[in-house]
Amino acid sequence: MLVTSARPYLVERNLPHFWCPGCGNGIILSAVARAFARLGWERTRTVVVTGIGCFGRADDYLNVNAVHGTHGRALAIATGIKAANPGLHVVALMGDGDCATIGGNHFLHACRRNLTITAVVANNLNYGMTGGQYSATTPAGSTTSTSPLGHAESGLDLCRVAAAAGAMYVARTTVYHVHLLDRYLEAALTHPGFSLVEVMSSCPVYFGRYNRLGGPVEMMERWRKVAVPLEKYGELPEPEREGRVAVGVFADHRGEPFEERYRRVQEAARGARAGEVSER
Amino acid sequence: MGGVYLQMEDEIASMAALVGASLAGARSFTATSGPGFSLMQENLGLAIALEVPCVVVNIQRSGPSTGLATRPAQADLMQARWGTHGDHPAVALAPATVQDCYDLAVRAFDLADLLRQPVILLGDEVIAHARERVVVPESPEEDRGAGGRREPACPPEEYRPFAAGPDGVAPLAWFGSRYVFHVSSSMHDETGFPNARPDNAARVIARLHEKVARHAAELELYRIYQGEGARYLVVAYGASARAAQAAVAEARAAGIPAGLFVPLAVWPFPAGALRQVAAEAERVLVAEMSYGQLALEVERILHREVVGIHRYDGEMLTPEEVLKGLERGASRCW
Ligand SMILES: Cc1ncc(C[n+]2csc(CCOP(=O)(O)OP(=O)(O)O)c2C)c(N)n1
Repeated sequence: MLVTSARPYLVERNLPHFWCPGCGNGIILSAVARAFARLGWERTRTVVVTGIGCFGRADDYLNVNAVHGTHGRALAIATGIKAANPGLHVVALMGDGDCATIGGNHFLHACRRNLTITAVVANNLNYGMTGGQYSATTPAGSTTSTSPLGHAESGLDLCRVAAAAGAMYVARTTVYHVHLLDRYLEAALTHPGFSLVEVMSSCPVYFGRYNRLGGPVEMMERWRKVAVPLEKYGELPEPEREGRVAVGVFADHRGEPFEERYRRVQEAARGARAGEVSER
Repeated sequence: MGGVYLQMEDEIASMAALVGASLAGARSFTATSGPGFSLMQENLGLAIALEVPCVVVNIQRSGPSTGLATRPAQADLMQARWGTHGDHPAVALAPATVQDCYDLAVRAFDLADLLRQPVILLGDEVIAHARERVVVPESPEEDRGAGGRREPACPPEEYRPFAAGPDGVAPLAWFGSRYVFHVSSSMHDETGFPNARPDNAARVIARLHEKVARHAAELELYRIYQGEGARYLVVAYGASARAAQAAVAEARAAGIPAGLFVPLAVWPFPAGALRQVAAEAERVLVAEMSYGQLALEVERILHREVVGIHRYDGEMLTPEEVLKGLERGASRCW
C-alpha cells in the first residue's frame, strides 16, 4: 500500500533502474519516494539535487523538480536553491564519494550554515560508478581497486563529523533496517535546519567482491550483524568496535535555521533603515 | 532591501549556489578575481549545460596562480572563452569605463536571460578601482524595456525545459512555479532527462552555439575612436583601451592618423565591425596587459600579423607605451 502511494513520485517510464543486482540504491530510492508520499509533499515545491555517481542517478527516477549537478557540489547547489526560495523542500541525494570525499568541504559548511536541507547519503564504502576506488569512508585495511594491497587511510565517520559541525538532525542506518530508514528519513525531512541520513549500503560488484563479503544476500546479512545501536556501540571496548557500525540518532537539536535567522537580519535592517528615514 | 547575499566556502560552491539560486527563480550573480575564477570554471560549465541565466564578474588580476596578488592584468581573456571543459559558447562583456561597469552589468543580466546562458563581466583591476562620474537612468527598467527570463506558458504537463524556440532558446520555469522540471549536467534531451544518443548530443552542442550566434546583433558591442582615415588601428579593451585612447589622441595631434577599436563584448568578439575598420588600416596594433591573448584573437579574425604592445609585469599599460608603439609603426612605414 505504501509502495502504491509512492508512485506519483516515481518516473515509471525510466524504471527499472540501472543499478546492479544487489545494490542498495533501489532500497534507499524507494524509501525516499515513500517518505515524500507519506509527507504529502507537493511535487511543485519539492526539489531533489543529486551529485555524480551511481546513487547520483537517483533523480532519473524521481518525479519532482530535480537538478543533477556536478560531482560533490549537490549541497552547494541546494544551498543556492533554498536560500533563494526558502519555501521549497530541498533534498540532496549523494554517494559517499560525492558527499564525504570530493564534496567534504561543502558538506562541513552545509552542516554549519544550517539551511533546512536534508542530505541522504548512500554509503557503499567506495566509488561504485567508476570501478570501486576508495572513498573517504572506506575503512582502513579494505581492498579497493586503488588500494589493492590494503587501504592505508582511515575512514571518516560522516555522522560524527556532521554532528560536530552543527547539523541539527543526524542519523545512520543500513539498507537492511528499512523500518528505521523510513523513520529516520521522515524525521530528517521534517526537521528544521540541516539534517543527514547516512545509509550504509551494499556494492556487491566492487566493495563486496574486493573484500570477499559474498553476494547480495550475504552482504545484506552482514549489515544486520555489524549494525550496533549507538548507545551499545559506545559501551563496546575499542577492539570490539572493529568491523561494526554504530546506527541510531547522532544528533537531534532544535535551532533556528539559516533562512529564518537571515530573514530576521533583513527585517532588523529594514526596521533600522525605516527608523533612520523617519528621524530626518 | 530584498535579495539574499551568501558568502560560500569557496568559489566552486559560489558558482554552484548561483546555479541553484537561478533555478529557484532569482536573478543571481557572483564576483571574483583571478584564482576564484579558476575555481568557478567547473560550475560555469554546469550553468552552460543547464542553460541557467546568471552573471559572473571576474576582475582580472595578475597570475598565474597567486601571481602579483591584485595587481592589474588582462590575462584571463582566453580563460573566459575556454576555461571550462567541453565544447561550449561563451559570452563576456568588458567594461572600459566606470559607466560601462554600470551599463554592461545591466546588459549582462539581460543577455543572460535572453540567451539562458551565463554571462561573464570581464573587468580588470584598474577599471574596477577607478572612480568616475556615472549617469544612472532614472527608471532603468523602463529605459531598457527589460523582459527578464522567458517563462513557459504551456500547461504544466507539456513543459519541456529544453524545447527551444526558433532562436535556439527554451523558456525556463523556476522551482516553486507550477512547472515541475528536471535539469541534468549529463547530456540530456528536451525533457531534461539524460539522453546519450549521438544524434541528440550533436544537436544539443550545435544548438548551444547557434543560440548565441543567432543573437549576434544584440552581442555586437564595441566603440570606435578616430576611425575615420585610421591608418594605424589600435585594438584594446578595458584599462588598456583608456591608455590607447589617450595615445591615439596624442598621435592625431602629432599628425599620425591613428584610430582605436574597443570591443565591449569580447566573447563573441565583434569580428565584423573590426574587419570593417581594419580594412583601411595599414597596420594593426594590439595593446593589452597580457603576454598575448587578444593579439591571437585579432590575428585570427583579420588573417594578418599585428604589432603587439604587451605588458605583463603587474603595472598598467601607459599611453606613452602605446604612443611609442604607434610612432614606431608610423616611422617604419613613412
Ligand atoms: C570532478 C569529477 N571527478 C571525477 C569524476 C568521475 N566520477 C564519477 S562518479 C565518481 C565516484 C562516485 O562515487 P560515490 O559518490 O561514492 O557514488 P556511487 O557511485 O558509489 O554511488 C567519480 C569519481 C567526475 N564526474 N567529476
